[in-house]
Amino acid sequence: MEYWRRQPWVFATFIGPGTLWLLLFFLLPLGWIWLFAVGERAGPVDIVVTWTLENYREALQPVYLQLFLKTFLIALVSTAICLVVAFPVALAICFAPERYKNVLLLLVILPFWTNMLIRTYAMIAMLRQNGFVNDGIGLLWTGLKYLLTPVGMDGLMGERFAPLPLLYNNTAVILGIVYVYLPFMVLPLYANLEKLDRSLIEASLDLGASQVRTFFEIIVRLARPGIVSGIILVFIPALGTFLISDLLGGPDSQLIGNVVERQFRAANNLPLGSALSFLLLYLTFIALALRAWFAARAEKADA
Amino acid sequence: MIPVRRRGLLGGGLAVAGLLPLSRFARAQEDQVNVYNWDTYIGSDTLAEFTDATGIAVRYDLYASSDELFGKLREGNPGYDVIFPSNNYVERMVAGDMLMPLDHALVPNLRNIAPAFANPSYDPGLKYGAPYTYSLLVIGYRKSAVAEPPTSWSAVFGPDAPVGRVSLPNETDLVRAALKSLGKSLNTEDPADLEAAEKLLLEVKRRGVVKMFAPDTGQDLLLSGEVDLAVDWMGDLRQVMAEDDDLDFAVPSEGTVLGIDCMCIPKGAPHPTAAHAFIDFVLRPEIHAAIAEEIQYAIPNQPAVELLPAETRDDPQVYPPADVLAKSETPAYRGEAAEKLFEDVLTRVLAA
Repeated sequence: MEYWRRQPWVFATFIGPGTLWLLLFFLLPLGWIWLFAVGERAGPVDIVVTWTLENYREALQPVYLQLFLKTFLIALVSTAICLVVAFPVALAICFAPERYKNVLLLLVILPFWTNMLIRTYAMIAMLRQNGFVNDGIGLLWTGLKYLLTPVGMDGLMGERFAPLPLLYNNTAVILGIVYVYLPFMVLPLYANLEKLDRSLIEASLDLGASQVRTFFEIIVRLARPGIVSGIILVFIPALGTFLISDLLGGPDSQLIGNVVERQFRAANNLPLGSALSFLLLYLTFIALALRAWFAARAEKADA
Repeated sequence: MIPVRRRGLLGGGLAVAGLLPLSRFARAQEDQVNVYNWDTYIGSDTLAEFTDATGIAVRYDLYASSDELFGKLREGNPGYDVIFPSNNYVERMVAGDMLMPLDHALVPNLRNIAPAFANPSYDPGLKYGAPYTYSLLVIGYRKSAVAEPPTSWSAVFGPDAPVGRVSLPNETDLVRAALKSLGKSLNTEDPADLEAAEKLLLEVKRRGVVKMFAPDTGQDLLLSGEVDLAVDWMGDLRQVMAEDDDLDFAVPSEGTVLGIDCMCIPKGAPHPTAAHAFIDFVLRPEIHAAIAEEIQYAIPNQPAVELLPAETRDDPQVYPPADVLAKSETPAYRGEAAEKLFEDVLTRVLAA
C-alpha cells in the first residue's frame, strides 16, 4: 500500500493518463454543465452564468418531481428483473464446462456489436402489432382454433385474434431497458461467482442445508459485491434512459431523461436541462451514500 | 454523390475554418462546397450534376432534425457552407447571429421563387435563406379504418377520435396544431390561448386517444398498422403512401402549420462563393424540378413547378390550393422566452 511513496514516478506514470483523461473529458465538461445550471439564456446561443437558482427552482416543480419518481420506479423494476434474470445466467456460465465459458460470455456481450438504436428498432419489429411475437401467437391461435372447431369448442376463443398491446407502453420500456442493460448485470455477477470458493457450497450441502438454503445463504451472500456492482451498473444508466422510452414508450412513458434530452435539443434550454441532470446526479449520489451508510451499519451490527 | 465519413469532413472542416482569412485569397479558386442536409432530401444526381457544371466538388453530410443541425452549429460552424434549416430555425439562427446574408447578385435564380414565398415573415426579402421545399402538418389516415375521411382537427382532437389509434408529434408543433383547431393563431402569445390548447391536449390524452407521441415516426406507425390516424408532415406521409394504397392524408379545414425549409449559408462558411453557386444551381428550374420529383416535396420554385408533370402539378395533395395555404401559418420565432411557453405546455402534456 505504501509503495507509491517510495516510487512516486512509477505511480504517476500509471495513474497519470487515466486522471488526465477523466479531468479533460469528464470533469471539465461536467463543470461546464454545472455552470449552465446556474446560468441564464441570453439569446438563442449565449448562456450567461448569473448564479441564479431559478433553474433548480423550476426543476423542482411537481411536474418534474413526478417524473423523477416515475423514472426511479421504472429503473428499480428494470434492475430487479435484470438481477433475477441475470443471476441464474451468471451461475450457469460459472458452472459450464471450461471450454464453453468463453463462448457463453461472448454470447452475453454479442448484442454490443450492434448499435443500441438498431437493437431498439429490432425490439419494435418484435413487439409491434404486426410484429414477430404477435404474428407467432396469432399463428398458434389460428392453429388451436382449427383444432377446436371439430369438437365445437372454438367458441371459447372469440371471433378473431386480437393482437396483444406489447408495444408503446411502460411494460415495453421496462422490457427494452432489461434487454439493453442485462449484460451489465451478468458480467459483474459472473466475475464474482467465478471466484467463489466451491468447497463452501459443498460444505453447506454436506452439512445438511437444502439446495434452496445453500443458494440464498451461501451463494447469494458471497456474491453480494457482484450484485451491488451489477445493480449500480444497471440502475444508474436506466435512470438516464431516453432513447428506449422515446421509441418503445406510449403516451405516458415520458421519463426524466426525455425531458433533459428535449431541453438540450428541441427546447434549446440548456440551463434547465443542466439543472435537471444535476438534480438527477445529486439524487443518485444521495442514494449511493445512503446505501454505503446502511452497508457500513449492517457490517457493524454483524461484527 | 461523394461519400464522406462524418468525422473526416468535420476534422477537415475545422482545419479549414481555422484558416478562414487565408481562404479569402483563394476565393477565386474555391473548388469545394460542404453541404449539410436532411437525409433523403436531394436528388440522386443533383450533386454530380453540380460538380459537372461548375467543377466544384461537394462534400455531403446528413442530419436528422433541425435541433441536431442547430446543436452542431451553436458552438461555431464546424466547416459547413450550405445548410437547410426550417423557417423557425432560420429566424432563431439569425437571432443568434449564425447566418451569413445571401448575396442576391450571386443567386440570380432567386427570381424563380413564387411570389407567395418571396417575402416571408420569417425572413423578409429572403435576406438569409432561399426557400427549398415546403410542407404542411396534416392528418394521415388508413382509409379502411376510418368511417369517413377526416376533414378537420376534430378527427384527432374531438370527442369522436378513436381511442388508442392516433399518433401525435412530440414537438411544439402539436401545441400549434391544437391552437389551430381552436381557431387561434399558432403564433399567439396570449396565455389564455395556450392554456386552452393545453386543456384540449390533456383531455385528448385523458380519453386515451393517443397511442404514442411520436418522435417524427408517425408515418411509420401508420404504415405498420399501429395507428389509424397520424399527425405528420405531408412529405413524410407521401413517402409511405407510395408503399401502401390504403393510406391517405387530409389537410385540416381550420388551417395548419406550414413549414418551409431553406438553403442558408452559416457564418464562418469556408467556401461562401461556392455556397452561393450551389444554392443558385439548385434553384435552376430543371434541377429543382428533378429534386422535387424524387423527394416528393412541394417546391416554391415557379418555373420548376411548371416543368413538373401535370398530374403532380395539379394534385392538391402535393400543391395545396391557395386558400388552404392562406389558412396555414409558419411558426414565428419571437425569442427564447416565447418558445419556452410552448415547450412548457408540451412538457406538461407529455408528463401528465
